[in-house]
Amino acid sequence: MTAETAVGTIGGRAAKFRTCQFTGLKVDTAAQTLIKVNAVAAVIFLLLGGVMGLLVALTRWPAVHLLPAELFYLVLTGHGANVLLFWIIFFEVAVLYFASAILLNSRLATPKLAWLAFLLMVAGAVLANVAVLRGESSVMFTSYPPLMAEPIFYLSLILFAVGTLIAVGIFFATLVIAKEEGTYEGSIPLVTFGALTAAIIAVFTLASGAIILIPTLLWSVGLISNIDPLLYKVVWWGMGHSSQQINVSAHVAIWYMIAALLVGAKPLSEKVSRTAFLMYILFLQLASAHHLLAEPGLDPSWKIVNTSYMMYLAVVGSMVHGLTVPGSIEAAQRRNGFDKGMFEWLRKAPWGHPAFSGMFLSLVMFGFIGGISGVVLGTEQLNVLMHNTLYVPGHFHGTVVAGTTLAFMAATYLVLPLIFQREIVWPTLAKWQPYLFGIGAGMISLFMMGAGTLGMPRRHWDITFSDAVIGYEPSAGAFLMMGLNGIGALLASVGGAVFILVVVGTVLFGKKVQSGHQLTFPLHAGGGKAASEYGSHATTKLPGTAVLVAIFFVSFVLYYFINWKYLSELWLFR
Amino acid sequence: MAVLPPEQRIWWKEPIEKVELVWVIIAVLWGFFMFGFMIAWHFIGEQNLSPEAYRILPSNYEAKVEAFAEEHTVGEEEGVPIVAPPPGGDAYMLGRTFDWWPILQLEKDQSYRFHISSVDLQHGFSLLPTNINIQIHPGYEHVITLTPTETGEFGIICNEYCGLGHHVMTGKIIVVDKKTADSGQSPVAVSKLADGEVTQ
Amino acid sequence: MSDTQSEETGPAERQEPIPMMQRILDSPFLLLFLGVVVPTVLYTIWGVMEVASIPLAQ
Repeated sequence: MTAETAVGTIGGRAAKFRTCQFTGLKVDTAAQTLIKVNAVAAVIFLLLGGVMGLLVALTRWPAVHLLPAELFYLVLTGHGANVLLFWIIFFEVAVLYFASAILLNSRLATPKLAWLAFLLMVAGAVLANVAVLRGESSVMFTSYPPLMAEPIFYLSLILFAVGTLIAVGIFFATLVIAKEEGTYEGSIPLVTFGALTAAIIAVFTLASGAIILIPTLLWSVGLISNIDPLLYKVVWWGMGHSSQQINVSAHVAIWYMIAALLVGAKPLSEKVSRTAFLMYILFLQLASAHHLLAEPGLDPSWKIVNTSYMMYLAVVGSMVHGLTVPGSIEAAQRRNGFDKGMFEWLRKAPWGHPAFSGMFLSLVMFGFIGGISGVVLGTEQLNVLMHNTLYVPGHFHGTVVAGTTLAFMAATYLVLPLIFQREIVWPTLAKWQPYLFGIGAGMISLFMMGAGTLGMPRRHWDITFSDAVIGYEPSAGAFLMMGLNGIGALLASVGGAVFILVVVGTVLFGKKVQSGHQLTFPLHAGGGKAASEYGSHATTKLPGTAVLVAIFFVSFVLYYFINWKYLSELWLFR
Repeated sequence: MAVLPPEQRIWWKEPIEKVELVWVIIAVLWGFFMFGFMIAWHFIGEQNLSPEAYRILPSNYEAKVEAFAEEHTVGEEEGVPIVAPPPGGDAYMLGRTFDWWPILQLEKDQSYRFHISSVDLQHGFSLLPTNINIQIHPGYEHVITLTPTETGEFGIICNEYCGLGHHVMTGKIIVVDKKTADSGQSPVAVSKLADGEVTQ
Repeated sequence: MSDTQSEETGPAERQEPIPMMQRILDSPFLLLFLGVVVPTVLYTIWGVMEVASIPLAQ
């Protein structure tokens, strides 16, 4: 694949470039190495967090009830940290480097600092696992005071956050360098704009984290006597929820990227897609208030403005991406010749390509499962129906697992040949992986949401309440849901294991991609340049996508009102 | 293409596809509707979480709940007092590791000023199977005007992790008919009756 | 709408100016500023004030 290795001496650093034979992009080899190490670290923590997730699911499966209580709460804390923070954020750093240096044909700003960032993040992530495994920090991912962990737990998270902040700074610096050195003309690509959105949200996220975790660390070593639990929650969720909004921005950018590389899809309108990202930049972080709707003392006006992302303008952003991604795929597919009827474009889409199937499943499940449930859960009054029930993890497994994780897995099937320059080993296994993982993740989300609707609590070791003084017997339906959730978790775990197997196999034993190589999972035949010439004016009719979004909208409205009906049947309170 | 810079120098003036424009309009209107509906429910709905809350020392709250229980105790179950506050009056409950205390006996369709707080960690008040879920903070006394609309025994569990005994943290609210309460029947008997119903 | 960059051989001032919104969307640091200030004011500062204004119990 190394068609030519050019040495550029632009700017301060002599950067080494190679030209990608598939996309024509200039690749800074220092950036390439950093993308590789961050992606590898991500996958390692996915493995660790995934195993912990399986142990959690098997314990909550009433018929199995695997772990003892103490170990269950320990593993649950570790599961949250490893997958919700480490897997996701290492991968996001790789995405940031890719979307800046590679997509802009630029060198990466200060690779040395990027290595420092990486080392800090690794140190933080390893230390966090040490802290959790020591057993004295089973405080859950949220670590609500007055529940106290060991100081090393908070310290590890701060280290990780500092590393991430440096990486985000390098992304911004690379944007500046690329602009100054004129490595691209006009505006940055849409995918880079999506990454910019993620980076901006990351700054708010990490600042919130620093503001709250540093005093909490001081409190845990005894230098501060008291942390107000309500104040902590307000600021902490500025980090906790916003970090998941980084995911949303990053995986939407990845949807656009995969659609572009695989079927030559071009956004229907730069203006609309970028404005949708702007809505994310301005308002997505406000949804941190979703976690404070059941709290004492906060005024409804604060709750409504924030929980609605300012009149749902950020939700409009997501709904726009939900139309424009399949819409651009439909437009591209119709140009590719699949123009018969309503859905030939979708039927003849590259479903055997794991990057495509993963991306499309991620898109559908993020919208239908994670998206709709998120809006319902985040409605001020409806929240009381499911606050802290299993509905909450059900919702965010729909966004972070079926949405983000699946999208990142799909992107990995492009990173392996393009960045690692390795041919994917076991292509048949790889082909099925997104379906296995996607269906498993979808089941986990749906059944947890179902159990939560029946009042099943989250973070709970024994729902039979067999040792409680005053017993309580949950309904048989709730137990059934927990069993089905366990089966979904097994399926997702098999999918996750296959993913890790394929990735590790490819990195270690994959055939080197040579010059003139035909990929097993090809990119769009026209290559990047050809696809870029399509104009939005060529795509007037998108009947298939219109039907898809109509189905989505009807489901959304119906589900929304069903929950108001549930609410109206509750006891009265005001 | 989304991975390359836009071809047009000025892309802001490119026309928007009709299907896209229609969808944006629908999405914006739906967003405004959902926003308005939350506000409207404060006027038309009967389930709105009260913002009334006070800062209080956990020990002071504990003392208040104990005084309340002493005044209105009508029975006992598993060593936990059953407390029946007067309709329209104040009802107190506290969460602590690892129980909800005391057991309250309320009357159907009567409203109570329901006070709740924690004396140690954060807890999750989860009333089942009704499915009302409220976060409880130490140091904050939350006051909710609560009106039960059905009779029976309702379990309270904790759905905020609060340590190793989290999963045994439970409590109970008993809701009786106004008539039953008036007839002078002993509340313990009422509770036994309801117990029988549940375990059948 | 100027079609392609290859046509733009004339002096820069003869080109149609870039619309305001496009210029805003092309300024990463302005967006960074907005993306940090909006949630900091609406969510964090307002939220902290809500918590701070909870009255003491008698």
